[in-house]
Amino acid sequence: MSTQAQLLPGTLDLLVLKAVSLGPLHGYGILLRIGQISGQALLIEQGALYPALFRLVRQGLLKASWGTSENNRRAKFYELTAQGRKRLREETDGWNRLATAIASALAAQRGEI
Amino acid sequence: MKFRAYLRSLAARLLRRARVEDDLEEEVRSHIQHRADDLARSGLSRAEAERRARIEFGGRERFKEECREALGGNFIETLMRDLRFSLRVLRKSPGFTTVAVATLALAIGANAVVFGILNALILRPLNVPQAGSLYAVQNGRGASYQSYPDYLDLRDRNRTFDGLAAYGISGVALDTGDNPARAWLYETAGNYFDILRIQPYLGRFFHASDEHGPNSAPYIVLTYAYWHTHFQDDRGVVGRTVQLNRHPFTIIGVAPPGFYGTLLFFSPDFFVPIVNQQQVDGEQLLNVRSTRWIFETLGHLKTGVTPAEAVADLNSIGSYLARTYPKDEGPVRWSLSRPALGGDFLGRPARAFVAALMLLAGLILLAACADLGSLFAARAFDRSREVALRLALGASRSRILRQLLTEAVMIALAGGAVGLWGSVVLLRGLSVWRPLTGFPIHVPVQPDAKVYGVALLLALVSGVLFGLVPARQVHKTDPYQIIKAGSSRALGRVAARDVLLGAQVAICALLVTSSMVAVRGLVRSTHANFGFQPRNAMLVDIALNMAGYTSDQVSAMQKRMIDAVSAVPGVASVGMVDNPQLIEGWNTTMVFTDKAADLRPSHAAAEPVRYSISPEYFRAAGTALLAGRTFTWHDGKDAPPVAVVNQEFARKLFGSVTSAVGGYFKRQNGTRVQVVGVVENGKYTTNIAEDLQPALFLPILQSPSSDAWLVVRSRSDPQQVAAGIRSKLRDLDSGLPIFLETWDKAMDGAMFASRVATVSLSVLGMMGAMLSITGIFGMAAYSVGRRKRELGIRMALGAQRKEVLWAGLGRAVKLLAFGSTAGLILGLLSARVLASIVYQATPRDPLVLSGVVLVMSLLGLVATWIPAQRALSVDPAKLLREE
Repeated sequence: MSTQAQLLPGTLDLLVLKAVSLGPLHGYGILLRIGQISGQALLIEQGALYPALFRLVRQGLLKASWGTSENNRRAKFYELTAQGRKRLREETDGWNRLATAIASALAAQRGEI
Repeated sequence: MKFRAYLRSLAARLLRRARVEDDLEEEVRSHIQHRADDLARSGLSRAEAERRARIEFGGRERFKEECREALGGNFIETLMRDLRFSLRVLRKSPGFTTVAVATLALAIGANAVVFGILNALILRPLNVPQAGSLYAVQNGRGASYQSYPDYLDLRDRNRTFDGLAAYGISGVALDTGDNPARAWLYETAGNYFDILRIQPYLGRFFHASDEHGPNSAPYIVLTYAYWHTHFQDDRGVVGRTVQLNRHPFTIIGVAPPGFYGTLLFFSPDFFVPIVNQQQVDGEQLLNVRSTRWIFETLGHLKTGVTPAEAVADLNSIGSYLARTYPKDEGPVRWSLSRPALGGDFLGRPARAFVAALMLLAGLILLAACADLGSLFAARAFDRSREVALRLALGASRSRILRQLLTEAVMIALAGGAVGLWGSVVLLRGLSVWRPLTGFPIHVPVQPDAKVYGVALLLALVSGVLFGLVPARQVHKTDPYQIIKAGSSRALGRVAARDVLLGAQVAICALLVTSSMVAVRGLVRSTHANFGFQPRNAMLVDIALNMAGYTSDQVSAMQKRMIDAVSAVPGVASVGMVDNPQLIEGWNTTMVFTDKAADLRPSHAAAEPVRYSISPEYFRAAGTALLAGRTFTWHDGKDAPPVAVVNQEFARKLFGSVTSAVGGYFKRQNGTRVQVVGVVENGKYTTNIAEDLQPALFLPILQSPSSDAWLVVRSRSDPQQVAAGIRSKLRDLDSGLPIFLETWDKAMDGAMFASRVATVSLSVLGMMGAMLSITGIFGMAAYSVGRRKRELGIRMALGAQRKEVLWAGLGRAVKLLAFGSTAGLILGLLSARVLASIVYQATPRDPLVLSGVVLVMSLLGLVATWIPAQRALSVDPAKLLREE
């Protein structure tokens, strides 16, 4: 488990948007997808996903509808709205800029100053 | 956009709460099932897989709660849950709840009552259309009195008013067929109703076009209330002829129900045109410029005219009048005032008094809030274990605070509701209350929406105020420490509570001081020297003008009446006076020194209260003659003019009593009058709190009055001779309207203001006392309870009873001492406010000072008695064994 990292605050929403952008998913599916695309490196408490989902629905970034899952169970599926798509683009850009900046800052060597 | 989404989700939550709840539950279940499916696939049994899935999911209720929060619309639901919880908690401690609700009910009730009065008398305009632009004209010292010729000049010469109306107030005898009854009326200018822009309820009003010279318009317009009580809502009353002072008058209409005239606390029975003044008062005053009897002149400002422009306009008319009639008019400064309270003359003290009451009531509420705040803080402290437990279980601090606040606001609202209910009952009672028998005093203080609103607001604000007191405590709660250490932590810092309690005690001491001052004033006023002896004196009001006598018949008839009543068995002496001291009203006149040549009002040496009396008056009234002689029946029209004056008059004009006798002064018409006697000072106007006033007594034959009172001093109970007096007077004229009253009773009007002040201040003082008892009791009981263990140990180590008591109650006693001292000092400072209403109000009276100290110590004793007993009964062995 030591290979797993704690989520930075605020990044869960971004991950959820990303996971859903690849196709409609139900809650458990989103968790699996995040695990899959992050290489199982991120630790998310299962229940904590739902307040984030409800928040995103309320902000109009996701929309939800009931359907039937691959296990043949009733499940609530989430997909991105146009607004959600736009937000994902913006947040991704922002994250990339931040990550690049932090990475280059941390990569600085003594001689480069 | 966001807000709309929020609203939509709020609506969805509220409308489909059950569905959303099911939805949430099903989604969570679906998640766990999916997870269990995966786990089962990896080889676990189904039951084990589901168990694991549930554990992995984490705190289900917590996440569901967070989902609900994320969804919005949570406020109402949380509120409902908080309300239910608070109700359960409060039901568990009924004693605390009752005390808290009762305290607030008292405080908010007091505020609602006082605000109701403030609202009715000061905030609410007169019940006439466009009351905002309606102003009353007043001259000089805040008095609004005018003479009729002056009124005509004001009406016709001003350019800033949309017409000016005027009215005087008079008492008459109205005979509707059986017995003449006394009634009160407004003599109003013909344009009165038109200027006020009101419409009759029945029949018609009279108008300016009805006025054709003296006694040309014998019409009566009844008020709705009088029509209702005296004519039983008979619509056929219009057109009926009745006898007013034995003159035929025709009832032409009824005023609308909400209209009580233009003076708030005095409602007349009906209105008659001012041109019929002579039939009403018996004396023709319409052409006399120097007699100012019109009570108020009022009108709407023209649109666009500011009050300042109107005052300038009035001043220019004033200077014209002073130039044209130098004998009658002095240079006076004009001003405007709001009608309804009779200008500044009555309005200013009324406003000051109501404002002072409001202030005191506000203080009561503050004290109650401080009281409840410290109670709540103490409770929060006792509940710190509960709070810690809830924090440990994952409740957020704001959530707990919110719940405590809900509890406080619930108590506040309950208290507010009870208080408001009480105040509405009281205000309704006040509205129909007729405190004085002979006088239509009317206090229209019906509560309206504003009163309800203010009470609700006060309840909410005070709930939040005292609910927030324990906020810091909750905020600092460290669940780990508290649960580890158990409940008996040290007292900690309670400085904020000490300040609250100290402030509360100070406020209460202030209230107790002011009520003691008022009570003392009232006690003093009943033993005061009025300059006459009201005991065993009967007043007989025989207004000959009401019986239709003309001026030249009056003197002979008055002499016959005095002689007739003197013959009644049991009567010691009989005098006559035009206006008994401390009854309905008084007259003043200007006097000048004998050397004065310029007799304009500004050169007057004094403006004494003036009385016309019969020779026996001083003996009948019980006024002591200090020097010289009193009048005889020989001081008649053809004899040289003479006068008796009081000490103050003698001092002002002649320097001393001895030099006054035999001296001369001048009246405004130039007559030289010789002083033949000096009597003691007394109380003259309608307010017993008045300052020393000069008074002038003239022989009734030289200065006749048709409206006069017999003063009958009896040897025994005055009620016993009443029947005799009545029958003797009936023998003289069977149609005389006679009103008999003892002087004591008739003085109720003069005592009214200070009695009202005393009663209201005493009630507030009592409330203050009760509040400080609960406050100190709460504090003392709490501090003894908390320190029980410490006290036990001290006792076990051999502490004396005194030391134990001091350890337990020292803080409460110190607070009481500090608070009382501060309150007493505040009381000393506020004495000036009281002095305008309460007779000889001064808290610097040793009796008041020691009284306050005594009361506060007694309160302290009562409040700390039970906690002290509890502290002394601590059994160290038992206590230490228990914990």
